Amino acid sequence: MLAASVSRSLPSSKRFSLSVLVCASIVIMLFALTQGSASLSIREVWLALTGEGTPLATTLVMELRLPRILAAYATGGLLAVAGALMQILLRNPLAEPYVLGISGGASVAALVSILLGISGVLLSGAAFLGAMVSTVLVFGISQAGRTSSSLRLLLTGVVIAAGWGALITLILALAPPHKLPGMLYWLMGDLSYAGSPILPWCMLIAVCVVIVPLGRSLNVLARGALQAASLGVDVKRLERLVFVLASLLTAVAVTTAGSVGFVGLVVPHLLRMVLGNDQRVTLPACALAGGCLLTLADTLARVVIAPEQLPVGVITALLGVPTFLLLLRKGRL
Amino acid sequence: MTQLVLDRMVVDIPQQGAMSPLTMSLSSGQLWGVLGPNGVGKTTLLHTLAGILAPRSGRIELDATPLAKLARPMLAQCIGVMFQDHQDGFPATVYETVLLGRHPHLGVWQKESDQDHAIVLNALKSLDLLALQNRLITELSGGERQRVALAMLKAQQPKVWLVDEPTNHLDLNHQVRAMEILAEQSLQGDCVVASLHDVNLAARWCTHVLLLYPDRPPLWGESASLLTTDHLEPLYRQPLAVTELEGRSVFVPRST
Repeated sequence: MLAASVSRSLPSSKRFSLSVLVCASIVIMLFALTQGSASLSIREVWLALTGEGTPLATTLVMELRLPRILAAYATGGLLAVAGALMQILLRNPLAEPYVLGISGGASVAALVSILLGISGVLLSGAAFLGAMVSTVLVFGISQAGRTSSSLRLLLTGVVIAAGWGALITLILALAPPHKLPGMLYWLMGDLSYAGSPILPWCMLIAVCVVIVPLGRSLNVLARGALQAASLGVDVKRLERLVFVLASLLTAVAVTTAGSVGFVGLVVPHLLRMVLGNDQRVTLPACALAGGCLLTLADTLARVVIAPEQLPVGVITALLGVPTFLLLLRKGRL
Repeated sequence: MTQLVLDRMVVDIPQQGAMSPLTMSLSSGQLWGVLGPNGVGKTTLLHTLAGILAPRSGRIELDATPLAKLARPMLAQCIGVMFQDHQDGFPATVYETVLLGRHPHLGVWQKESDQDHAIVLNALKSLDLLALQNRLITELSGGERQRVALAMLKAQQPKVWLVDEPTNHLDLNHQVRAMEILAEQSLQGDCVVASLHDVNLAARWCTHVLLLYPDRPPLWGESASLLTTDHLEPLYRQPLAVTELEGRSVFVPRST
């Protein structure tokens, strides 16, 4: 019975981890609101949020910082969940949207738009379209053969990503010098042009709701297609759903913040090492932890060399690499 | 009473001529051994019986309902499979793995109940895995991994058990234990179908056998009448000596 109590105590500790992540999210977002070219106290931020602050603080908080922080949080969450979904879909711990060429398609479309002088909503729209075209291309080609397998999907994605990579290099080589900084910032991820955070938030909340009933089936799918089929999962339908979902999440994230790498790869692994491999816990935790990581990274990007800004993708990598390696040394992988 | 009925069923083996049609029924309380040389289609047959692969022609019915007409979760509640290869892309504990066996019994919004956890503990106990339950399956030996797969199948509680080489990788003691579990399960009223490479395990435990020949029509029936050197020598293209030990036939390969 001792053995029984050991395994039964796990769910409550998992619920605890999720609560910790929720608290961390709130703390990090509040902290991010205080930081910037002019730093505010927690009290000033609170007053501004409740509508009783000074006009300057209110503008800073409500119009400049809050939308950007919300956009960063949602983007991070979307990327981490998309990465986790791709890893289960391909039964490969190296999978993430970037490896599968989805963000490559978005990048090419975005760079062409910048080259043509397009900006704002149209640029975002082009990036979204690029991501979806790449998705259809990868999925269509990988399903065209007689047999479909996750390895085939992975290889198709990797090859198409390489193709996008070559096009990106070509565009950068041909682009006039004054457009290069904008392009490079887009490629490394940048939240300063993030529009309204409403779309990524809707997406994030929607996916968190969808994950709940899918979680256990995904646990089974992680054990391989045959095993999943023998346990009553309609594998083809589930795989299609997961792929479309992950692609949509990526497309929305890339549209919001450019091509932020690394979050989708590292956050799911960090959480798996700490929380285990129950997707009903890992996926919501990815949404929360990915949000925390990108919000923190974006805050650093805003303040480290303020008023100049760093590309946020650089910061996520610099934060993520040591943390990942540290956990890998003693974790369960 | 569960019955899996095959009606002129032909297994679909890619790039190969079809196997001869099978018309037979597998019933509760029977423990079937599927014997045959490598590559003859034992695994493909088990996958077809599980409804994972479609047969090339003919019909398979579970209690008078064609397999193709049953919804997947329903099918998984009745028919369980233990595969030969185990995919462990991501590390999970033994307990988490065996718990997956409960999947077909749970609705999408449902969580595992106390009863499900009790079933899992019982399955772990019967396969000697209680002490390993919090270990990662990636750290286990091949034989321990095999026992986890059997425990998962036990937790699934299917009426038809399809097990692909259940004694693979197992030491002698656990081979016996695995066969005992399968025999126990058939005595409790389940139908068990196991592909085996060891004729002597089949002779000792199986009530029925299906012999798949590479070059002639298959034979099936009660073990006692089919497990003879006359039938087994052409099956493996290997001369055999037979002796009686504790009232059972024991087959030993003879040098040519």
